[in-house]
Amino acid sequence: MMVNAADIPLWAAVAVAFFLLVGATLALIGAIGFVRLPTFYERIHAPTLGTSWGIGGIMVASMIFFSVAASRIAIHEILIGIFVTVTTPITFMLLARAALHRDRAEQNGKAPDKHTGSGSGPEEIQDEA
Amino acid sequence: MLPYPILTLMLVLMWLLLNGFTLGHLLLGIVVAVFASWAMASLRPEKPKFGKWYLLPKLFGIVLYDVAVSNLHVAKVILRAGSRKHNPGFLAIDLEIRDHFAIAVLAVVLTSTPGSAWLEYDSNDNTVLLHVLDIDNEAAWRDTIKNRYEKLLMEIFA
Repeated sequence: MMVNAADIPLWAAVAVAFFLLVGATLALIGAIGFVRLPTFYERIHAPTLGTSWGIGGIMVASMIFFSVAASRIAIHEILIGIFVTVTTPITFMLLARAALHRDRAEQNGKAPDKHTGSGSGPEEIQDEA
Repeated sequence: MLPYPILTLMLVLMWLLLNGFTLGHLLLGIVVAVFASWAMASLRPEKPKFGKWYLLPKLFGIVLYDVAVSNLHVAKVILRAGSRKHNPGFLAIDLEIRDHFAIAVLAVVLTSTPGSAWLEYDSNDNTVLLHVLDIDNEAAWRDTIKNRYEKLLMEIFA
């Protein structure tokens, strides 16, 4: 039995609103980062805001709302969280390795070689900044 | 009978989460999960070797906290992208873990942590190339990955 969204208790409404706002804000900041950050390798960090606590916040809000409104435990949202978390690295590595491959082939300088010793990348970047 | 008991259990759990906790769905879910794990067995995937599996919740807690902290950090970097220069860079790390499952978990952890991205793993010399959004403290990054995650993962997948 579903109750109207306006009729759920105040504590639940506050919690739902809080987590929804946190999640949505993080997803928005991630999208802004997508536009603002200058290089490809920096840009791939931005959407992880949306795929970590961005989706986490919205997931928690959804679980609280439907558990309270339908007065039964609704936790199948966890599956969304699990599958998003487990599958994003695959896309990420695919994109990142494609970029690395291109940068190495074109010798764009920024990408470290295949067999760098540890930590030879940062100095190059620092010179540039 | 059950080549992958953990997988079977997880599939039943997923079935129940999606369809509701009723006796009928429990039975149907068990049938589906058993057949699915048989299908999995014919692919002959490698089996994970669990050592101190009870440390998994600890790892989960640590990761949840670290992800929250780095979310805030990256959000700050993005919002101040104009005014303050951050310092992105590559980081190559020699790993000690060799277990495929442990490496996969580490990849998931580092990717879902904003501010660090797993670019490339080289199975020849067991190194991983990361890209870090703010590398000001390179030693701290190294220390986090080696001591905070890798040690724990080595204990879990012994």
